[in-house]
Amino acid sequence: MKRFVFAVVLMLAPCPGLWPFAAQAQDNIRVVGSSTVFPFATAAAEEFGNTSPFKTPIVEATGTGGGLKLFCGGIGTNHPDVVNASRRIKKAEVDVCSANGVTDIVEVKIGFDGIVLAASKDAPSMRLRLRDLYLALAAQVPVPGTDGGVGNLVENPYRRWSEINPNLPNVEISVLGPPPTSGTRDAFNEIAIEGGCRTFEGMHALEQSDPSRFFALCRSVREDGLYIEAGENDNLIVQKIVGNSGAIGIFGYSFLSQNADILQSYSISKSGGPFLQPTFDAIADGSYPISRSLFLYAKKAHIGVVPGIQEFIREFISERASGDFGYLLDRGLIPLSRDELKASLNAANNLIGLELN
Amino acid sequence: MTDNTRNILDQQVDWHSPKVRARLRRRHRTDFLFRAIGFSAVAAAGLFLVFLLGNIIKNGAPGFLQTSIEVDVAFDPSLLPDPTLERAEFAAAMARVDLQRLLRQSLLDHFPEVSGRADTIRLTRMLSSGARAQLRDILVRNPAVVGTTGKVWLLASDEVDQVVKGNVDISLPEQNRKLKNKELVWLQRFESEGRVSLSFHSRFITAGDSREPELVGVWGAIVGSGLTLLVTLLTAFPIGVASAIYLEEFAPKNRFTDIVEVNINNLAAVPSIVFGLLGLAFFLGVMGMARSAPIVGGLTLALLTLPTIIISARAAIAAVPPSIRDAARGLGASSMQVAFHHVVPLAMPGILTGTIIGMARALGESAPLLMIGMVAFIVDVPGGVNDPATVLPVQIFLWADSPERAFIEKTSAAIMVLLFFLIAMNGMAIWLRQRFERKW
Repeated sequence: MKRFVFAVVLMLAPCPGLWPFAAQAQDNIRVVGSSTVFPFATAAAEEFGNTSPFKTPIVEATGTGGGLKLFCGGIGTNHPDVVNASRRIKKAEVDVCSANGVTDIVEVKIGFDGIVLAASKDAPSMRLRLRDLYLALAAQVPVPGTDGGVGNLVENPYRRWSEINPNLPNVEISVLGPPPTSGTRDAFNEIAIEGGCRTFEGMHALEQSDPSRFFALCRSVREDGLYIEAGENDNLIVQKIVGNSGAIGIFGYSFLSQNADILQSYSISKSGGPFLQPTFDAIADGSYPISRSLFLYAKKAHIGVVPGIQEFIREFISERASGDFGYLLDRGLIPLSRDELKASLNAANNLIGLELN
Repeated sequence: MTDNTRNILDQQVDWHSPKVRARLRRRHRTDFLFRAIGFSAVAAAGLFLVFLLGNIIKNGAPGFLQTSIEVDVAFDPSLLPDPTLERAEFAAAMARVDLQRLLRQSLLDHFPEVSGRADTIRLTRMLSSGARAQLRDILVRNPAVVGTTGKVWLLASDEVDQVVKGNVDISLPEQNRKLKNKELVWLQRFESEGRVSLSFHSRFITAGDSREPELVGVWGAIVGSGLTLLVTLLTAFPIGVASAIYLEEFAPKNRFTDIVEVNINNLAAVPSIVFGLLGLAFFLGVMGMARSAPIVGGLTLALLTLPTIIISARAAIAAVPPSIRDAARGLGASSMQVAFHHVVPLAMPGILTGTIIGMARALGESAPLLMIGMVAFIVDVPGGVNDPATVLPVQIFLWADSPERAFIEKTSAAIMVLLFFLIAMNGMAIWLRQRFERKW
């Protein structure tokens, strides 16, 4: 017994200092970024790994912001090669990138995603204008009966949908959505909340006179518990709204398409436009109000060093992935129009650098 | 003794007086009440556990099963390479074959009424995209089937699988279902011909991750967990035990060791995500080690388990009676000999128990690994501590986040696998304790 124990201790003695952890040559493509694009990126990665001579890329869901931060960290094996984003890269992020030596970035648009508002089938049905969404969810709203403007704002007083718009049901406002780190949230704030905000004359005037003030006021979401940050896990939001018929969930279209049997989606209308359901066609042709583009960004400096990056990008916009019956469409990706696809193919084939204006 | 107490002692107690009886009844009642509360607390805890386990098993058991469909596949020689080729050449030629076409042709032969591009695609989508790989395996293993027609069991797609398992309400209107009426008719025909089977899916144990619920497996995550825990054990065990021996047997009792002791106890209570940030800053930032590698995960988890190991090892060493040390010293043993010949071997069962419990905690962690990139979609099964890998709890987290409905049962099934390993490790700890522990 004594000897046995000693042998065990001696065997386990090597300290971590003796461990071989010399960095190996990297041969997997590393992808980080949006959790909205994650289901598509992983599907493309697996298909790419199965059908090409390259290794299957490693995909991490870090959120768009987190992914761009990692991506812009520098050049070399410790930094990801590709980042996917559920919004376009910002000027500030490009600046961080170039400060760290990441100068040549290829931008490829891969498709669209609709942000849907959905609830359980038992919930009362609703038709929502962007203006209603703004009044229900913004941190500050115009004093009731006025047109807004800096002096005319109050902390959001509305607690029931019927207080906002008599056409809406008399139920408490309770919305589950993603946290601020999410690209879905950014896009929702920019399109839905801001879009509803702009319908007020006073706020519209503010946009002309003091844009940064306007953005600050019109993109902030209330924090008094009626908007619930439910984490990056969209499945969790689906399960929560199915279990609680009073709550509305905000998530990407792919989760609606997978759960169409247990969810109802709400029609949305943009400033006087028609009320539209988030259907494949309405998102694809851009008529559904809350849709955004999905992007891939790749480092030119890594192309040719890590094998297969360019081929991997092409996989996303290939016929078998994004064509009429492509496997990404099966998973809920809304494909690009023919012209946009051509532009994306051109960017991927010729490695056209990103230009922000 | 005061007069008062003497008086009480002198009194004869009348055990049958109503007053004493009432008092006794009251005491029995509080005793009964306390037991009842205690028992119901245990019962409630047990009920929660049964509910939780029952729920996981109910959801997860179907995850080990998979629907297959028997298809008559015509191995058309015009589409396939020459079977008389060398094995290696044949395999190389197979890599270029469009097996989807072969599959499509076989299905269309079975359903001659199907025509049109959309319907044909719907029909082939009833089979998993893994069916191609299955056909390739069959052909590479036995090129002689070229030119023949064989009955082959092929994996069904996750949507067909969910319908066969009864997880989808097929009475809903068509637009609310992933599987449309046409596909249901085809499926019913397969079923009526006895061509649909639901059986144990060994792939779930032997494969790595995938985006297709019917192709996923936990093996990649099990190997990743194993490699990570190996690194954790090899790092945390020697350091932890050495610290415990030093602190308990050799260290002077002064302010410094007091501070060390308080800090070890505090570290044991630090949230695990903090260790992840530490790992990110040090192992990835300073040391420049690879992201997603089990070595980094293992070292990070070693930081997490160190306090647990040190505390349990110290407790085990302290429990060795001083008489053992005194006797050894009396026979002329040095401090070193006392520690390593007598105290540590006697404390070893306790140390190992603590280590295994610490390891079991490390096995269940996912939060610190988020920071160092182990929360990732990784298809290949890792081959070493430097390969990208993921671990079981992370795999569960990733599947729980996937939109496809079939992943719900896969998630629960993976939880069952994780629970199996946790129970096995804790069982081993109990066995070690029973087998080797000494009572003084």
